[in-house]
Amino acid sequence: MKNEPQTGRGAFPAFSGKEPGKELGKELWQESPEAGVWDYSVPGREGVALPDVDVPGCELPPGIPQRKELPLPEISELDAVRHFTRLSRLNYSIDTHFYPLGSCTMKYNPRISEKIAALPGFSLAHPLLPEFLCQGSLEIMELLQNFLAEISGFQAISLQPAAGAHGELCGVMMIRAYHQKNGDSRRLRMLIPDSAHGTNPASVAMCGFQAVQVPSDSRGNIDIQALKSLCDDTLAGLMLTNPNTLGLFEERLTEAVEAVHNAGGLVYGDGANLNALLGVFRPGDAGIDVMHFNLHKTFGTPHGGGGPGAGPVGAGRKLAPFLPGPRVLREGTVLRLAMPENSIGRVKAFYGNFSVLVKACTFIAMLGAKGLRAVSENAVLNANYLKKLIERGYSIPYNRTCMHEFVASGHLSDTIHALDVAKRLIDYGCHPPTIYFPLIVKEALMIEPTESESRKTLEAFADAMLAIAEEARHNPDIVKTAPHGTPVGRLDEVSAARNPVLKHSNEKAP
Amino acid sequence: MTPFIANTDSDRKLMLDALGLGSVAELFAAIPEKYRFPDLKLPAALSEPEIFQELSAAASRNADAGGYALFAGAGAYNHFVPSVVDALSSRGEFFTAYTPYQPEASQGTLQALFEYQSMAADLFGMDIVNASHYDGASALAEALLMAWNAASRQRSKVVLSSGLHPEYRAVIETYTRNLGITLCTPGPGTSAGAKTETETETKMETETLESLIDAETACVAVQFPSFFGNLEDYSRLCETAHRNGALFIVSADPLSLALFEPPGSYGADIVTGEGQPLGNYLSFGGPCLGMFAATKSLVRKMPGRLAGEAMDGQGRRGYVLTLSTREQHIRREKAVSNICTNQGLAALRAAIYLAVMGKNGLKKVADITYRRARYAAGKLGKLPGFSVLNTAPFFREFVLRCPLDTWEIMNRCAKLKIVPGVPLSRWFPERTQDILVCVTEMNSRSQIDSLVSVFETFCGEAASEK
Repeated sequence: MKNEPQTGRGAFPAFSGKEPGKELGKELWQESPEAGVWDYSVPGREGVALPDVDVPGCELPPGIPQRKELPLPEISELDAVRHFTRLSRLNYSIDTHFYPLGSCTMKYNPRISEKIAALPGFSLAHPLLPEFLCQGSLEIMELLQNFLAEISGFQAISLQPAAGAHGELCGVMMIRAYHQKNGDSRRLRMLIPDSAHGTNPASVAMCGFQAVQVPSDSRGNIDIQALKSLCDDTLAGLMLTNPNTLGLFEERLTEAVEAVHNAGGLVYGDGANLNALLGVFRPGDAGIDVMHFNLHKTFGTPHGGGGPGAGPVGAGRKLAPFLPGPRVLREGTVLRLAMPENSIGRVKAFYGNFSVLVKACTFIAMLGAKGLRAVSENAVLNANYLKKLIERGYSIPYNRTCMHEFVASGHLSDTIHALDVAKRLIDYGCHPPTIYFPLIVKEALMIEPTESESRKTLEAFADAMLAIAEEARHNPDIVKTAPHGTPVGRLDEVSAARNPVLKHSNEKAP
Repeated sequence: MTPFIANTDSDRKLMLDALGLGSVAELFAAIPEKYRFPDLKLPAALSEPEIFQELSAAASRNADAGGYALFAGAGAYNHFVPSVVDALSSRGEFFTAYTPYQPEASQGTLQALFEYQSMAADLFGMDIVNASHYDGASALAEALLMAWNAASRQRSKVVLSSGLHPEYRAVIETYTRNLGITLCTPGPGTSAGAKTETETETKMETETLESLIDAETACVAVQFPSFFGNLEDYSRLCETAHRNGALFIVSADPLSLALFEPPGSYGADIVTGEGQPLGNYLSFGGPCLGMFAATKSLVRKMPGRLAGEAMDGQGRRGYVLTLSTREQHIRREKAVSNICTNQGLAALRAAIYLAVMGKNGLKKVADITYRRARYAAGKLGKLPGFSVLNTAPFFREFVLRCPLDTWEIMNRCAKLKIVPGVPLSRWFPERTQDILVCVTEMNSRSQIDSLVSVFETFCGEAASEK
């Protein structure tokens, strides 16, 4: 019985009654399901037709040691297609599964955005073209700078950072540069709520600041008394995620911002959760001084299996001169690239993840003001509806009206934990939520449905969640040993970290 | 209203009823009223055909490598991208997935990353390559921080070659500014590359670098080939660094390593690089692929994600993200870096590219590139008034001194749909007559010959002006 794969009840028809990932191995392809790209390699096989050398011969330079061995595989084009197609089918993705990964905003990625970004005018444009030959790219960047400024209420935007954490690093560097410019070199303490993403304290450390944790109160807000007691003349600023990682709008926001500003500090807004706020609230209006955007979350650009994202930064009056650069500026009819006056400098070569910028620009232009507000309204409605369905089987520790996501506890019994619920969800044909984050909820299940999903999908997901809660009572073993329908079962991560194998060994190959 | 929102009015009504609410607006009561529902001034929403037309028009205002003969490089290279790379990486199962937090549902991404790490490590001649950084510049900056951390922050000096890409240098300055790290580079003459024009002077830079290394030095960082295209044997410099207890870091172009011995072969401790040439488009400079390699002994100091092998309860091999105790989501302010995501899709493209090019294909691309660059330099350098400044060997780029101001040349070539290179005055204002010319396998012999004949007309004009 135990060795027999047991799939879920089929809340998601695509996988009901099947063993995902195994069907291919049985029906079509005799190669081991563990096959690596090297297993296809045969000496002399070629994968690409390349031009011949058509210029007079010349020798490699004598003073530079020549490559002796290049141990890359030798495979045909079809081998590559078979291999990577098989790998792709082992993934859960937005295109194939509901993917309510909290804090990551896994919404639909429109195909028109992909098509536009792939136009040769964009994909084959060299970043160091003279400005008069790349006005098209600069137009897109100007458009997006303006869109983001309007959406967030900031004075200026830099599109340079390559990811959210990269933009966050810029924001903290800007705060550091601001205080230094004012001769306030003692301001080294950055306040961070205990519910914050791990990137916040890590970014602070990379800027030579000291991270100081602020507790949350019983409603999931920042503890305003604790915050006020930490506001003195060593305060650099506060990093605030709003809505916070519990999916709750910060009810003490105005007070918190005021307290920090009165003490001479600046407020960094973590824009990770902007999907709740489009056309609903502009962080710049409420006095936030600097914020990063995650274009790959809020504006529907693909997450790419872990990047590329894009993490533009927006800043108000005080910090705009410190933005990273270059930024696009208009001089009459001509667009130019220029560094802001007191810029912290560059954080990558060239100008940001341009093709991601094109996709975000497409998304915003297609939705307009009304459409963007509808995005946030539907994201928030979906989250609240799903919370309502799930609270029948799970405890919701900070249970009030949520924004775009909510956090439930996956602690179902002394033996069934958040991890078990997550793994069992895979059998039901659904990607699990974010688990064990934020740290202030015991065994957190952080669930973010996004506006892309229909009421029916939410109901099917809730059914699966409630069925798992039921299984945890009557058949805990099936939850404890899940997933059953995947190409591999639970992997031993402890041994993997103790004796890391991070590279294929060429010796092993036949 | 929009195809990106699934629910209809009747769905919303049903859902609101279940919540006991009369309107969606009631969900936003926690937001201070004075800030709630601002009136965004954005252009009217566009339909799919409208947005396609509008942004296609913008795209057509760029001089792309499809319509222009492109000889620009300087950190972004126009190499051929096989169709199979596009076809496979555009599978939704890959590009609409996220970071493989749940390994059982993400084996495709994880195995592809493991294969990328393995092939890239073989290319660099290094033990370990991670799952990627943002780009070559930020990867190099993180490598310096890693070396500084590896020396327990007790060595505050970093020695930088003047052959680093100036934008990489700028990123290093941004990353290290608040940490009490001192950057040391040979004098201003060499930083513009002016002293690396001849082989003896190239050796002099190595000597100058050696003289800067001491017991305070955390690491030495060089670029291969240098920003100006030069190839240099760094084995002696690497030894000197090690003798002084410093780590040796190379920012290496991955394609050049198909022809020349990789940094791992002479003992480099950390190797970074820009992986864009491996199956990723120019895309106006992003996304790029930050490649990041280290020796085994440094792996626990390494920033960025790592895919590794793991076994399940039935002894089946799979892959997981591993050694996460280095990372910010576990260690918070004590993490080795704040880096969170990588450039997964760009790494996937590089993996497919390396697999399908293989041992022979990659060598062939590098070989054609090298030979055509030599051919172009030979012809262009012989034109009256023009000279190639590199006398050290180079790979695909060289500095051409011109009789005219390089912007004049850029303007005139643009009319003929040629981008002849990147003027060095972009970064070194005094170098008004030097242009960095790049040649790849995408520049056919006839394209190179036309560039030569266009430049020939310039030398006539320059002469007649005198």
